[in-house]
Order: sequence, then C-alpha cells, then structure tokens
Amino acid sequence: MDSLPFAQRVGIVTGGSRGIGGAITTLLAEDGATVAVLGLPEDRERAHRLASLLNGAASRLHFYETDVAVYNRCQEAVAAVLREHGRIDFLVNNAGITRDHTVRKMTVEEWEAVLRVNLSGPFFMIKAVLDTMIQQEYGRIVNISSVVGEAGNFGQANYAAAKAGLIGLTKTVALEVAKRGITVNAVAPGFIDTDMTRAMPLAAIENAIEQTPGQRLGRPEEVAEVVRFLLDERSGYITGAVYNINGGWYM
Amino acid sequence: MFEGRVALVTGGTRGIGAAITECLVESGASVAAGYSRGKENAEQFVKRLGTNGSRVTVHQGRVDDVDDCNRVVKEVMDRFGRIDYLVNNAGITVDKTVRKMTVDDWRQVLDVNLSGAFQMTKALLEHMIERGSGRIVNISSVIGETGNVGQANYAASKAGLFGFTKSLALEMAQRGITVNCVAPGFIETEMVAAIPEPVLAKVVEKIPQRRLGRPEEVARVVRFLLEDESSYITGAVYSINGGLDM
Ligand SMILES: NC(=O)c1ccc[n+]([C@@H]2O[C@H](COP(=O)([O-])OP(=O)(O)OC[C@H]3O[C@@H](n4cnc5c(N)ncnc54)[C@H](OP(=O)(O)O)[C@@H]3O)[C@@H](O)[C@H]2O)c1
Ligand SMILES: NC(=O)c1ccc[n+]([C@@H]2O[C@H](COP(=O)([O-])OP(=O)(O)OC[C@H]3O[C@@H](n4cnc5c(N)ncnc54)[C@H](O)[C@@H]3O)[C@@H](O)[C@H]2O)c1
Repeated sequence: MDSLPFAQRVGIVTGGSRGIGGAITTLLAEDGATVAVLGLPEDRERAHRLASLLNGAASRLHFYETDVAVYNRCQEAVAAVLREHGRIDFLVNNAGITRDHTVRKMTVEEWEAVLRVNLSGPFFMIKAVLDTMIQQEYGRIVNISSVVGEAGNFGQANYAAAKAGLIGLTKTVALEVAKRGITVNAVAPGFIDTDMTRAMPLAAIENAIEQTPGQRLGRPEEVAEVVRFLLDERSGYITGAVYNINGGWYM
Repeated sequence: MFEGRVALVTGGTRGIGAAITECLVESGASVAAGYSRGKENAEQFVKRLGTNGSRVTVHQGRVDDVDDCNRVVKEVMDRFGRIDYLVNNAGITVDKTVRKMTVDDWRQVLDVNLSGAFQMTKALLEHMIERGSGRIVNISSVIGETGNVGQANYAASKAGLFGFTKSLALEMAQRGITVNCVAPGFIETEMVAAIPEPVLAKVVEKIPQRRLGRPEEVARVVRFLLEDESSYITGAVYSINGGLDM
C-alpha cells in the first residue's frame, strides 16, 4: 500500500459521497489516501455504500456529518479529523447546491442559501484547515467552481455569483500561502452527469449538450482525474490556476 | 500508460521540450523530437536517455518552414506509422521594446512561435482526423496573458496561440481530437538563462512562490492532457506559474 501515490495522505472532500465528490473520494481512497467525507445527514448512508464499493479501500473512507454552511460545524469536523487521523494534507471544496430562478423570481433566501453553501462553505473550510497546513508546511486545496462562474447562465445568478466568487477566493488564498508549501486551485467543470444535472428539466439538459462542442455531458470520474492531478505532491508549482474541463463549452 | 503511442514534440531535445520527451518516453510512448540548429545537442540528448533512447528519434527541421514541417511529419510516419500526440513547443524570443523592434524581429518570433504551430498542425491534422483521435498541446506562456516589457512580439505570438487553440478545439470537438494550451510561468531553461541576473532576480521577486519552475513540472501537465482520460478537456489553458498570473 505504501507504493500508492497518496499513501499516508489524509484529506477532506466536502459533499464527497456522490456525484463529482463521490468520484473524487473513490480515486483518492483507491490511491491510498485516508478520506474524510463531509456531508449532510442524508449523505451518511450513501457514504457507507460508497465505501463498500471501494476497491480494497473501504477502511480509508470516514464520514463526518457536517453542514459546511455553518462555520462551527466546519471547525468541529476538522478537529475530529485531526484527532482521529493526525494531519490534513488536502481539502477539496466540492459540496454545492443550486436554487435556480431568474433574478426576477429569485428570492433573497434562494440567493443566500446558494452563496452560503457554495462560497462561504469553502471559506469556512479553508479557514478551519489553514493553520494545520501552515504548520505542516504542506497542503493542497482544490475548489470546485463551474463553467457557469466564468460564463454566467440563465436562471443561475446566485450559482454563477458563488462560483465566480470562489475563483476570487482561490486566487487570494493562493497568494497568501504561496510561500508556505500550500497550493490553492480551482477546477471548473462544464455540464457533468450527476444528480445535480439530472434535476434539470430534460429540455435544459438537451440544450446543454447541444451547446457543448463535444456533444456530451462529462463524467464525474473525468473531473476527479483533474482534481487528483492538482492534489499530487508533484503539482507544487501550480497555484492560483483555474483548470477547465467542459468539452469545449466555454473557452 | 502510453505504450504503442507516438508523440511528436517540436523543440523536443532542449529545455521544456526535452523534459516533455523524457516524461512521455518514461510513460511508454515513442517520441519523435524535433530540433532546428542543435544537431550535436540532439544527438547527445538521445544518448543521455540510455536504453529509453531506443524509442526516441530526432528530426531536424524548422517549424517556420512549411516544407520542413511536411518532411518531418513524413519522416515520423515512415518510422512509426502513426502520430497520436503533437506538442507544439518550439519557441524563440527576440526581446526589444517596440520602439527598437524591427519588422524582422517581429516576424521571426511570430513565424516560429505561432505560424510554426499552425504549420505543424496542418501537416498532421488529416492523419488525426482519419484516425478519429488525437491530442494537440500548444506551449503558450504566462506572457501571452500579461504582456511584458520588451516582448511585444513574443506576447503576441503566445496570445495568438490561445486563439488558435480555441478555434481548432471547436473545429475538432466532434472528431475525437482535443486541443489545449499549457501556459508556463518562468521555467529554468536556457531561455530564462538568457535573462540578465539582476532582471531575473526581479522576476523571481514577483513570483508569489519565489522560485522558477522546473521543466519536469511543466512536462507533467502536458502528459496529463495527453491521457485518454482527459478527452473532455478541450480548448482549455492550463497554467503553471507559481502564482505569477492569476
Ligand atoms: N523557459 C520559460 O520560462 C518559458 C516560459 C513560458 C513558455 N515557454 C515556452 O516553452 C517553449 C520551450 O521553451 P524553452 O525554455 O524550453 O526554450 P529553449 O530551451 O530555448 O528551447 C527552444 C527549443 O525550440 C527549438 N527551436 C527554436 N527555433 C526553432 C525553429 N525555427 N524550428 C524548430 N525548432 C526550433 C530549439 O531547437 P534547437 O535546439 O535546435 O535550437 C529548442 O529545442 C517555448 O515555446 C517557450 O516560448 C518557456
Ligand atoms: N454536475 C455538474 O454539472 C456540475 C458542473 C459544474 C460544477 N459542479 C459543482 O461540482 C460540485 C459537485 O456537484 P455534483 O453535481 O456532484 O452535485 P450533487 O448534488 O450530486 O452532490 C453534492 C453533494 O454536496 C452535498 N452538500 C450539499 N449541501 C451541503 C452542505 N451544506 N454541507 C455539506 N454537504 C452538502 C450533498 O449532500 C451532495 O452529497 C458542486 O460544487 C457543483 O456546483 C457541478
């Protein structure tokens, strides 16, 4: 097991029990990492199911019920991971939600809910792990943004603002910790086949595929490969970058 | 990982290109490495690769010369029978402020860095289309995004590569061919060694990580984009610059 690329590494994947997060958890755990999956109550069962499917890595997946929209919960989860596993080498801010409406119809609650989970959540998590990473003089942070944060999207003002904000957060933290062995990058996926896109009306999905030059949705595993690449120890010169993976949807 | 695959890397026997060649050979590919003037260096490079050198061939040719491009591609096809990956890496600098830059200085850099990539691509695109698969990676630069004093020609050529990459990515999106850019910051090669020491010290000062990158670090990004699993990545610019330009 020591020969696996992420052997001895410990990290956190928020929303890591399904969809893109589930694929990230799977790749990393199968590559030897101990992965703390943070999620909502309904994610617990999914996390256990995911663990049972892992190729020889079930014991390396640990679930921590945590709403990333609440700073105290983030702190508690990080403290628990440190207590139980001793270090935190990587953090993947993947948990995200959508509450789609055009601005005319969007309620203030919908705006705030999305900002809180998709933008404040990553800030809370980064704040909670940063001292540890600075002490270790090592860390890898990847934030899952979205093509929508760069291009905007009809009916997604809240989501687009949160995902664009996440890029600003990424670049600023990257600057602040550049000399401390910590890299901070964003991955911006196009339309990926997960529960999030399955919740879209069929016509909207067809439209998204139509608009994608590659004429298909991406797969969660494809996004996970990019994340794993950035989390690799050898990717240390890459920081403050936004890596797109979108089948040509946005360039 | 790349067993049976064939890569053509222009400027592949020195600096970043040499690191790309080595990285791909280590991953199992056969690599045809181009060079223009450095024949001796190219031959030594193959020797240095040791047993791995048996999967590396070197090809003389100027990427700013259409006939050379076509000939090199033909040589590689004759030798290996296929080309899976094209890495347009050959590049030069002729630094002067615009006031002092001659039309010739301008043209020379555009010809090699931008037209060279176009011509090499043209020379093997039909082959990739016929096979319904291929990967093209263009080595641009952080300077293409930020500009730089004394590098109007270089910055224009490297920004031009972004436009070229994205247009070609669109044209090839349904043909199994991805086209992407890697945009390095300042990397420790002869190109950077040419920068006077006090200027270089100032450059490093501006890099948030306070160090130059290594050619091997850039090569890993290129290899990642060439993988089969990277097929949904196209028209993208992957930066690696120690935080220099965000
Ligand atoms: N070093 C950096 O900091 C940096 C940063 C960003 C981007 N880049 C880009 O990365 C690429 C490689 O740079 P490097 O630093 O490795 O440069 P380098 O060490 O100077 O190597 C340049 C290579 O290009 C080849 N070449 C030059 N003119 C050519 C022509 N007309 N036709 C064919 N080949 C030609 C050279 O071949 P010979 O050996 O025969 O001369 C050499 O192999 C360039 O495109 C450069 O713009 C470099
Ligand atoms: N699916 C796409 O097309 C797509 C495209 C671009 C970006 N993204 C982004 O990728 C990430 C993952 O998306 P997905 O498609 O896998 O979504 P998903 O809905 O399948 O999974 C999201 C996960 O996050 C969890 N989560 C939600 N709110 C949470 C909270 N407050 N605290 C903790 N966990 C919470 C959910 O329970 C779920 O497990 C999101 O940030 C999303 O915005 C997705």
